Amino acid sequence: MSEKIGVYVCHCGTNIAGTVDVKGVAEWAAEHLKHRGVVIGRDYKFMCSSLGQELVENDIKELGLTRVIVAACSPHLHEKTFRTACERAGLNPYLCEMVSIREQVSWVHTDKVAATEKSKAAISGGVERVIHNEPLEPIQVPIHADTLVVGGGIAGIQAALEIADAGYHVCLVEREPSIGGHMAQFDKTFPTLDCAACILTPKMVEVGAHPNITLLTWSEVEKVDGFVGNFKATIRKKASYVNTDSCTGCGICWEKCPKKVVDDVFEAGMGIRKAIYRPFAQAVPKYPVMDVENCTYFKNSKCKACQLFCPTEPNSINFEQKDEILEVQAGNIILATGYDLFDATRIPQYGYGKLPNVFTSLEFERMCNAAGPTEGKIVLRDMKTAPKSVVVVHCVGSRDENYNKYCSSICCMQSLKFAHLVMERTGAEVYNCYIDIRTPSKDYEEFYKRVLEEGGHFIRGKVAEITDAARIPEEEGKLIVQVEDTLIGKQRRIPVDMVILSAGLEPRHDAKEVGKLFGIACGASGWYTERHPKLDPVATMTDGVYIAGCVQGPKDIPASVVQGAAAAARVLGKIQQGVISLEPIRASINKDQCSGCRICNGLCPFNAIAYIEDDNVSDINPALCQGCGTCVAACPAGAISGTGFSNEQIIAQIDGLLLRNLEPAGV
Amino acid sequence: MSEQFEPTIIGFTCNWCSYRAADLAGTSRMKYAPNVRLIRMMCSGRLDPTFVLRALSSGADGVMITGCHPGECHYIEQNYKALRRFLLLRRVLAGLGIEPERVKLVWASAAEGARFASETTAFVEEIRKLGPLNWGKTDDRQQTMDDVESSVVNRPSSEMEVPA
Repeated sequence: MSEKIGVYVCHCGTNIAGTVDVKGVAEWAAEHLKHRGVVIGRDYKFMCSSLGQELVENDIKELGLTRVIVAACSPHLHEKTFRTACERAGLNPYLCEMVSIREQVSWVHTDKVAATEKSKAAISGGVERVIHNEPLEPIQVPIHADTLVVGGGIAGIQAALEIADAGYHVCLVEREPSIGGHMAQFDKTFPTLDCAACILTPKMVEVGAHPNITLLTWSEVEKVDGFVGNFKATIRKKASYVNTDSCTGCGICWEKCPKKVVDDVFEAGMGIRKAIYRPFAQAVPKYPVMDVENCTYFKNSKCKACQLFCPTEPNSINFEQKDEILEVQAGNIILATGYDLFDATRIPQYGYGKLPNVFTSLEFERMCNAAGPTEGKIVLRDMKTAPKSVVVVHCVGSRDENYNKYCSSICCMQSLKFAHLVMERTGAEVYNCYIDIRTPSKDYEEFYKRVLEEGGHFIRGKVAEITDAARIPEEEGKLIVQVEDTLIGKQRRIPVDMVILSAGLEPRHDAKEVGKLFGIACGASGWYTERHPKLDPVATMTDGVYIAGCVQGPKDIPASVVQGAAAAARVLGKIQQGVISLEPIRASINKDQCSGCRICNGLCPFNAIAYIEDDNVSDINPALCQGCGTCVAACPAGAISGTGFSNEQIIAQIDGLLLRNLEPAGV
Repeated sequence: MSEQFEPTIIGFTCNWCSYRAADLAGTSRMKYAPNVRLIRMMCSGRLDPTFVLRALSSGADGVMITGCHPGECHYIEQNYKALRRFLLLRRVLAGLGIEPERVKLVWASAAEGARFASETTAFVEEIRKLGPLNWGKTDDRQQTMDDVESSVVNRPSSEMEVPA
């Protein structure tokens, strides 16, 4: 049967038409590919507009088109649009193919003649391929109504609560002993100066008590199998050596524990905890965990003070506890694993780690926190002297060619908050050394104004060096901040008591491995890549896996909450649908052709191919097959066909791209 | 002689990384040589070496195979299979008297639009230096192609292993 093919070439305004002779290409296709079945070639300003789609639909109905080629943007953008349009007109959607002449032609080439010729070749390839397309039906998969949320910071908390409140079950997995994330470490939040704990802890408590939330703290996801609708996550619940059924969280165990440990995680190295500990008073859940590496009993086989003093019946301390491996079923996954703070020791000229009174932003947050190591007093490293002058260094590790090129987005406001807090609590002179002040959200600029009016000094310049080497008597015993004030064009040396480094945000050190676990990719800066930077910021390229908060890029609390809620809304939408349609791109074996050689068996990473001994053939389980096509390419008998990407389709496309299909007169 | 040789190149991309790298090169308006015409597959593991031979015998002067970086394959490890086939294919090509350099393997992640663009332009220049292939222009060449196809189809499984 000969096909009736319609070719539609999009101008995309001037995006394509500015470089490609769109009209000429459409006419060329109608004329030179006529013998291949092209019955109509049209060009249109915006094919994706409703009028553009109507053109296709009308032609299917009136001209009886059996195949459609749309030459426009990338299929990743609009394939669904045009396939849906075809479906509306009664044509199987998989008989429509897109040819990318924007991302792959007009946007990357400048020579109009070459771009036009390449467009023609691309369309020719598409026409040859689409002839071999087969009508397909999407695979319907039921959606498991449970959701797995990974990361219990504010974004993960928000996502979990939204879904749980809507009546669906959530499993929230957190690596640390408590949920709360970085926000739990902060004292005040900009620009309103709300106390972070006051607004966060009620949400944490809600998560802990919610009947629809299973909270797994001190746990990590080790493996993820399956696909959208039917994920199976393997989670390691680390042994806490505390029996949570009987523990009341009374605190006697950590009171009695003789081993003091510097808390590098929650207190950012500023405070101490015990070997058995709860990171902070409002932790959720309330149960402590044992730090095996520092526990005296685990090191020397004696002590057990915690067990000895535990008042519960039965005793809640169990030194025999083992890691538990749990399997969790989930239809969708939300990743909200947050960020790491830039390690300020990587900039040696700022002296962090060598000069005691240089602090990182997180250390300063802990210092300001009433529940922190100094009970909210802003003091030097000696823990008693209040500073008389402070420099806040902006953009530490951000907007810097040597470290991270991106703007960490939160540091300007964070630094302004620090300036305010220092002035309010100590009356010290505060200098902000900035590159640019960026206050783009609601009420942020007003806060900047406020700090200016309160008497904060602002020096526009990137700090070159922080040193304790005095040149003049006034600098003796001080930290000297060397900076060029670019607004007055002068080098300045500012002697101060304290320096706060407003360190930037970085992707988690293990972001890449975790991404691999969930099948999602990191961008060039290491943050997870969203499906579309503007229109689909919380979905990823992997169906059913969503991202929220700082995993997607640096952002402040309001933005993280927005993303957590957005991801939850996307998941709820999926759960409501009940079933989801998957692309029917799968491999299948023609048993008459299969010789039973079993070459394909070992090639499948999903174990979808099984050898049937009785029939001496291999068979593919379509539920496990992901459609990569490796077995199709390997089958020596050509017995395996890959739907949507068959040998016939690809070979035809090769010939078409090389214009082997043109009649001699047309060459 | 004044006219510069413009090679025709077929490029194979995987759906998840390298096609998206090409998309990113586009959205970032990075310019590269217009000689490569792309075919999208789900995975570089889908690449049947006969596709490459078919392209070369049908008029392509070079073939660029692209996929996710090792360890980043959407299908876990199928790009390693593409790598094996690529290495084997280059030996077959050399045996046929065709410069193995006419086939190139490029890893490009979805974030590496710039890499995709620069590797493409570099490959076009390499092929330009090698000159036209002209396979398939004569009948006996076509004969060779048929022989090759049958020999590749009937290859023993042991050849699929990565050469040591």
